Amino acid sequence: MALRTPLYEQHLAAGGKIVDFGGWDMPLNYGSQLEEHHQVRRDVGMFDVSHMTVVDVTGTEAQNYLQYLLANDVARLKSSGKALYSGMLNEQGGVIDDLIVYLTVDGYRVVVNAATREKDLDWMNRQAESFAVTLTERSELAMIAVQGPRAIEVARSVVTDACAALISDLKPFQGLPEGGWFIGRTGYTGEDGLEIMLPGAAAPAFWDALLAAGCKPCGLGARDTLRLEAGMNLYGSDMDESISPLAANMAWTIAWEPAERDFIGRAALTAQKEAGDQPKQVGLVLSERAVLRGHQKVIVEGVGEGEITSGTFSPTLGYSVALARVPRDTVIGSSAKVEIRGKQLDVRVVKPCFVRNGQAVVE
Amino acid sequence: MSNIPADLRYASSHEWSRLESDGTVTVGITDHAQDLLGDVVFVECPDVGRQITAGEECAVVESVKAASDIYAPISGEVIAVNEALTDSPELVNSEPYGEAWFFKIKPSDASELDKLLDADAYGAAI
Repeated sequence: MALRTPLYEQHLAAGGKIVDFGGWDMPLNYGSQLEEHHQVRRDVGMFDVSHMTVVDVTGTEAQNYLQYLLANDVARLKSSGKALYSGMLNEQGGVIDDLIVYLTVDGYRVVVNAATREKDLDWMNRQAESFAVTLTERSELAMIAVQGPRAIEVARSVVTDACAALISDLKPFQGLPEGGWFIGRTGYTGEDGLEIMLPGAAAPAFWDALLAAGCKPCGLGARDTLRLEAGMNLYGSDMDESISPLAANMAWTIAWEPAERDFIGRAALTAQKEAGDQPKQVGLVLSERAVLRGHQKVIVEGVGEGEITSGTFSPTLGYSVALARVPRDTVIGSSAKVEIRGKQLDVRVVKPCFVRNGQAVVE
Repeated sequence: MSNIPADLRYASSHEWSRLESDGTVTVGITDHAQDLLGDVVFVECPDVGRQITAGEECAVVESVKAASDIYAPISGEVIAVNEALTDSPELVNSEPYGEAWFFKIKPSDASELDKLLDADAYGAAI
C-alpha cells in the first residue's frame, strides 16, 4: 500500500493523475503539466510536498553535529530562521542527499528528500551517536509549496493575521514558526514563493482556501521542468552517492573555511580539489526540434565525452535544455554535440541556469 | 475512459487508421496514447513521397515526458503530412482524432487494414 499525504483527496478532486514517487501516491499533473508550469512562472501555483522528510535537530551539540554532518557550515546561520542549502556527503565525498537546514529557536530544522528518507535517517542517526543531539522526525507535518510572482500576495490573503505579518517580513531563504506552522521563503522553481509546513489535519482546508484564492494545483511534472529551468539539481539524476559536489555545480555549498572544521567527506574533497580531476556540470541548449533527455551522450570536440544528467523541453523558452556532466576543460559558450536516437545534434554549452523569476537568463 | 471511435482501425502500438472515401488512409495516435505521453511538444513526420512498410518506425512524438516512435500501421506511400503539428503540437493532446492527424498514406495493399484491431479489440487491449 503506497503512502499518501493528507492532501490525497484534494489531488483526486482536482483531477490529479496519480503516480508512484518513492513509495508515495503523488500527482504527476492535473491535466496539463505545461499549463501548470506557466501558471507558476506567470501567476501562482501550489505543490503538495508533504512527502518530504522534516527532521528537527536539538540538543547542546546540535551545531557541532551538523557542522560535522554537512559540507556547508551551519555556523554561517546567524539570525533566527536563516536557511542554507547543503550536501550531506559520505567519506568518499559522494552526495548522500541534498537538503535545506533552517536555524530555529531550539536548534535546527532539516528538510531532506522523500525518496532517500530511510538511508538519510540511518546515516543521520548513526552520525548522531557521538553527539549530544536528538533527532525528531516530524512526519505529522504536511508541506505545501506556494510558488510564483503572486505567491506572497495570495498566501497572505488566506492565512491568519499573525502568519500574514510573518510572511511580509520574511526574507528570501528564511523560515520562521507561527502558531504551529512554519513558513519558509524557499522553493524549487526559480520563482519567489513559500514552503509552508503545517499540521497534516489543517492542510486540506488550507489547500482549499488557496485554491479558492486562485492558486492552481501543480504536479511533479511541472515541478521538474521548473527546477530544471532554474538550474537546480534533482537528487538521483544530477547527483548521487558516486558524484562529488564539485562535479554537480555544488562547489558553492562547500564551506572550506574555517579550515579546522572537520566534516564528513572533507578529506576526499580536498584530494579531488588538489588533483583537479573532477568533471563539471554545465547547461546545454538545443535549438533543433528535439528534446534532450537524461543519459544521452555529450561529445565535446577535442575535449572528451560526457552525459546529460537531466533534460527536458523548457516550456518558458520553447526549446530543449539540459544539465550535463562533461570534462572539466569544456568551455562555457562553446558548442558540443548530443546523440539523440542515432543522430548527433549541435548544442550550446551554457552556465547551468536557464530561467529566473520568469525571465530567460540564457541568450 | 479513453475515447475510441468505432469507425477507425487500431494498431496495438496506439496508432489509429481511417480509410477515406478516396482510398487513402489517414493515420494518427489514439486518445489513450496522448494521455500516456502527456503534453506533446514536437512531432516529426515522415517525408512526403517516402515508401513505408507496415510496422516500420516512421515518425516520432516528443512529449515533455518522453520520446515515442510511431509505427506505420500499413504499407504504402506517404502522400501528405500534417504541417499544423509543427506550430501546434498540443493539438495531439486536444484533438487526437481530428485536427491532429499525422500523415496520409496511399496504401499498397488496403487489405492490410483488416489485420488491424477494431475499436472493441483495441479497447480490450489497453
